[in-house]
Amino acid sequence: MAAAAAGGLGVLRSGDGCCCTHRVLRLASSSSSSSSVGGERQESAGLGFRPPAHSCNDWIGPPDKHSNLRPVIFYVPPEESPLERRLREARQEAQECNQHFWARQNRAFRQEKEEFIYSRLKAKGLEMRDKTGQKATLNAEEMADFYKDFLSKNFRKHMQYNRDWYKRNFAITFLMGQVALVRALRWLRWKKKNIGN
Amino acid sequence: MSSARRCPARRALAGLFVWHLKNTGVQRIPCHPVPLFRAGGDRLITFQYFNFLKRMYVTQYNKDLSQRAKPKSDSVASPFSELQQLDQEKRVLHKIRPISPVQQPLSETPSQSESRERESAVEAEDLVTPVKAESKDDRQWKEMKLQLEDLPGILARLSKIKLTALVVSTASAGFAMAPVPFDLTCFLLASLGTGLASCAANSINQFFEVPFDSNMNRTKNRPLVRGQISPLLAVCFAASCGVPGIALLTLGVNPLTGALGAFNIFLYTCCYTPMKRMSIANTWVGAVVGAIPPVMGWTAATGSLDAGALLLGGILYSWQFPHFNALSWGLREDYSRGGYCMMSVTHPALCRRVALRHCLALIGLSTAAPILDITTWTFPIISLPINLYISYLGFRFYRDADRSSSRKLFFCSLWHLPMLLLVMFSCKKSFLEKEDKGELLSGSHGRAMEMRLP
Repeated sequence: MAAAAAGGLGVLRSGDGCCCTHRVLRLASSSSSSSSVGGERQESAGLGFRPPAHSCNDWIGPPDKHSNLRPVIFYVPPEESPLERRLREARQEAQECNQHFWARQNRAFRQEKEEFIYSRLKAKGLEMRDKTGQKATLNAEEMADFYKDFLSKNFRKHMQYNRDWYKRNFAITFLMGQVALVRALRWLRWKKKNIGN
Repeated sequence: MSSARRCPARRALAGLFVWHLKNTGVQRIPCHPVPLFRAGGDRLITFQYFNFLKRMYVTQYNKDLSQRAKPKSDSVASPFSELQQLDQEKRVLHKIRPISPVQQPLSETPSQSESRERESAVEAEDLVTPVKAESKDDRQWKEMKLQLEDLPGILARLSKIKLTALVVSTASAGFAMAPVPFDLTCFLLASLGTGLASCAANSINQFFEVPFDSNMNRTKNRPLVRGQISPLLAVCFAASCGVPGIALLTLGVNPLTGALGAFNIFLYTCCYTPMKRMSIANTWVGAVVGAIPPVMGWTAATGSLDAGALLLGGILYSWQFPHFNALSWGLREDYSRGGYCMMSVTHPALCRRVALRHCLALIGLSTAAPILDITTWTFPIISLPINLYISYLGFRFYRDADRSSSRKLFFCSLWHLPMLLLVMFSCKKSFLEKEDKGELLSGSHGRAMEMRLP
């Protein structure tokens, strides 16, 4: 399962620009294979946490150190309807996409920031560390050039990501609404049957 | 704020850092110690270095000073959380010494090992920062099950209840300034409707911004980011606030106020929120969003869009710029990394110029108030000192362009607005007076100073 997920991620990384333009077929197939095993958690192996077996809810973890996003381990109910499965897969896909985008962005930011500081310090004739061993930094005004540059370089990427994020967010929320409605109707029907008896 | 007592950060921190390494007695005390309280016998606890969240304690025992560093937990809530978080992150970066890189094998070229060294140092620093910033609670996995007893707190944070309270108070100011007899029912309905509309708008804003909020220090503890509430519930809450709020304004107050409320929700959620990532023009749109509530208060009272409403809106509009531009000056790194298009990042000179320009505009608008018969002439006179002070800070910000001037301007804007509105209300021209302008010219000065509800 983990290998299939990693394969799915491989598909994601090979794409240029935003990963979200690729339909994550491999990830979908991996999740469908595991959902056939009733009530099992997915993706938990990679995250180092296994929710307790009796729990029937999703679990959310601490922020990821690269993307700052909180990973969610989704609960797969034993009798998951097709609608519920669509919802879960949409949420998983969005999670993967967000994770990929932000981890890459943050990593690029850190690296480019370091390179910028290094090049500026070198231009000034200073070392990366001063004589007490403390790391030399530039002040906010000097860093401003870097921030402006980074923002303009990544503008197009952000535009694409925004569009994609808004679409996914609406789709997921709409599916959640549908699932909630179906569950409510089912509960009402069950109640009516019980009252009838 | 004890920033006046604060020493240059680097010297103090370098002193502490040296301390930590060498573990000797103190060579020199960077800051003038401020004795706060005595705790048993000879021990004197002083502030070595003052920071909003972190406090370094210097303990003196038998005339021998030693340092104990005790970071304060993150759980303390504060109105100035935006700048605090940034403070904390910056301090940690200075204090924590990066783990020295592993010895590189000789076969590697120098440039490769250099870049790797840099990266590992960066990784070490950056790993430490988020760990320090989170409380222990945050590092655990949590079940995504809604606890009913937590719901009020979650909804309060979702609707940004403090900001909503500020919006409602500016709307009330607009209502109070309107030259009509005070109607308590109308006032309460207008305030409630505005509050509900604001809750709805803020919830939708948070619904749209989940991954971006996760990446900014200021906003990473919001309910949707932490998974305390599902997006569906957030949208339902927004709808259940927005629809009754607008209905209340339209039916209970007047259609104009309802239309303004609906327009403001639309402007904030569908224009301002997406525009934050598209163009710097979002700041101007956001200023309009902030200016509409007092206009709504005025139209709720009078039923029409007068010059007075527009003036009040204009004052709030102008106020937004020194407030927001100063705040955004310290958040440039987060904005750049998160992809937010803000003036402070892309056009820093424009950012400072606009802030100063609008500080000066406040003086002009205050002077226009008596001309439009909203207040008496005492208003521009009494408000001149505070308007001049904020303009002075705006000028300092324009000239110095550094963090301390931006913070001073931001904090000044926080008390400037309530004070200005209070002075405006106290100098309000009673509508009875306006009916007889002749009397007004002769005896206005004494009467104008009384606080009066017509």
